[in-house]
Amino acid sequence: MSAVAAQYDTLQELGVEVISVSVDSQFVHKMWNDQELSKMAKKDIPFHMASDGAGNVGKIFGVYDENAGVELRGRFIIDPDGVIQAMEVMTPPVGRKLEETIRQIQAFQHVRSKKGAEVCPAGWEPGKKVLKPGPALVGNVWKEWNPFTDH
Amino acid sequence: MSESNAGCARPTGASVGEPSVKKKEEPLDEEVKMSTAKVGTKAPDFQAPAYYRGNFTTVKLSDFMGKWVLLCFYPGDFTFV
Repeated sequence: MSAVAAQYDTLQELGVEVISVSVDSQFVHKMWNDQELSKMAKKDIPFHMASDGAGNVGKIFGVYDENAGVELRGRFIIDPDGVIQAMEVMTPPVGRKLEETIRQIQAFQHVRSKKGAEVCPAGWEPGKKVLKPGPALVGNVWKEWNPFTDH
Repeated sequence: MSESNAGCARPTGASVGEPSVKKKEEPLDEEVKMSTAKVGTKAPDFQAPAYYRGNFTTVKLSDFMGKWVLLCFYPGDFTFV
């Protein structure tokens, strides 16, 4: 979570609010912030750290591990209409890469801003080539987009 | 969000259920009611106690309607990754 805190300004510039969730109590969240995270991120955690002791929130998102009594590493991108646009669930030992989350948010924001008239192909980043779906593009993506040079 | 009192009980989060339509003759299957999140569908609303910038408060997902939200679950405070 310190990685998210460290890049919080970037997320705010994109208009993204963050909520973190674990089964730990608010008191433990405070101690983790005070004793460790704030030292790693060089600032206090700027977003809501939610407590889900009974796993109720994790259960409705399908990321609560009943046997271990903890949340899995689940990450959800939710748009301004409250619709889940992306999710990623990992087992505990491997961490996320926030740059990938930011890339996905930028891509979904682009698609939203164009009301779906443009879509973002594999590996898309801001400034890279987008595709305009329609009858003319069917069977012609190979002319428009090159996986070696556009990816 | 108003600040909440820090009591002795261990607080937890809960879903903010939309009013469920129950028929008397067929009780709602708990598993169906707790259907999990899917991409392309509305995120289930929830509220939970939270630590936020020095205060104990409550966070509710639907309060962020109109904004993008990054919701991150993780195994536990003071774990290594």
